[in-house]
Amino acid sequence: MSTDVDKVFKALAAPERRLLLDRLRADNGQTLGQLCQHLDMTRQAVTKHLKLLEEATLVVTIWRGREKLHYLNPMPIHEIAERWIDQYERGRLRALAELKQKLEGETDG
Amino acid sequence: MAESQFVYVTFIRTTPEKLWRALREPEFTRQFWMGTTQECEWKPGASWRIVKPNGVTADSGEVLEIEPHKRLVLKWQNHMFPEMTAEGYSRLTYELEEKGDSVKLTVTHEMDKSESKLIKAVSGGWPMILASLKSLLETGESLEATRRWPEGL
Repeated sequence: MSTDVDKVFKALAAPERRLLLDRLRADNGQTLGQLCQHLDMTRQAVTKHLKLLEEATLVVTIWRGREKLHYLNPMPIHEIAERWIDQYERGRLRALAELKQKLEGETDG
Repeated sequence: MAESQFVYVTFIRTTPEKLWRALREPEFTRQFWMGTTQECEWKPGASWRIVKPNGVTADSGEVLEIEPHKRLVLKWQNHMFPEMTAEGYSRLTYELEEKGDSVKLTVTHEMDKSESKLIKAVSGGWPMILASLKSLLETGESLEATRRWPEGL
């Protein structure tokens, strides 16, 4: 089992779920009740969105007594950034190297 | 009840035994944790510290709970920034759980104080260190940015 990248992108592909992540970023460790306050969503909708966020491990929960607290887990997004930013940079460097080779070759010719 | 808390969960394709070593032993920590090493006898009540490459203590505390390959809880006080030292002890928990071919690593860093400066500061550092640990165990290479102590810190 590992972080499922499809699940992460799917979970991020809804404004309501991104809003929930924003709320946790502003105030980490909230109960469902706290998260529902000031949100234009039913409790059922919030529960459903949180379930998808939890399946993607973007949100993790910890029980504290009888309260279930929700935390933003930045690791999946961090891992995605590491994976692709690195690759894009490598690709750009290779393209530049090829361009340089081509232009210098033409000048020489 | 903890007033300031962060929780990080990452899945690493490795074994609990190897991850347990990587979290404590210098040949691993030097690579993914900014060149630092830890000094500890790894038993309950033992004193613990993180040593920067120049020999200076960055953080220290003691082992509160230790269950090999499963759980490690440390008392943790920062010594690099006076305002964080003044906050006293935080609590760091590592939990390792085998899941198929991976280990689910949960790292919790908390302090019984609201708006903790220490917790806010470490929340910026942990994701990079944990991503580097994952990379080291899965590919044999840690992330470039975490291989040496940051200049000026």
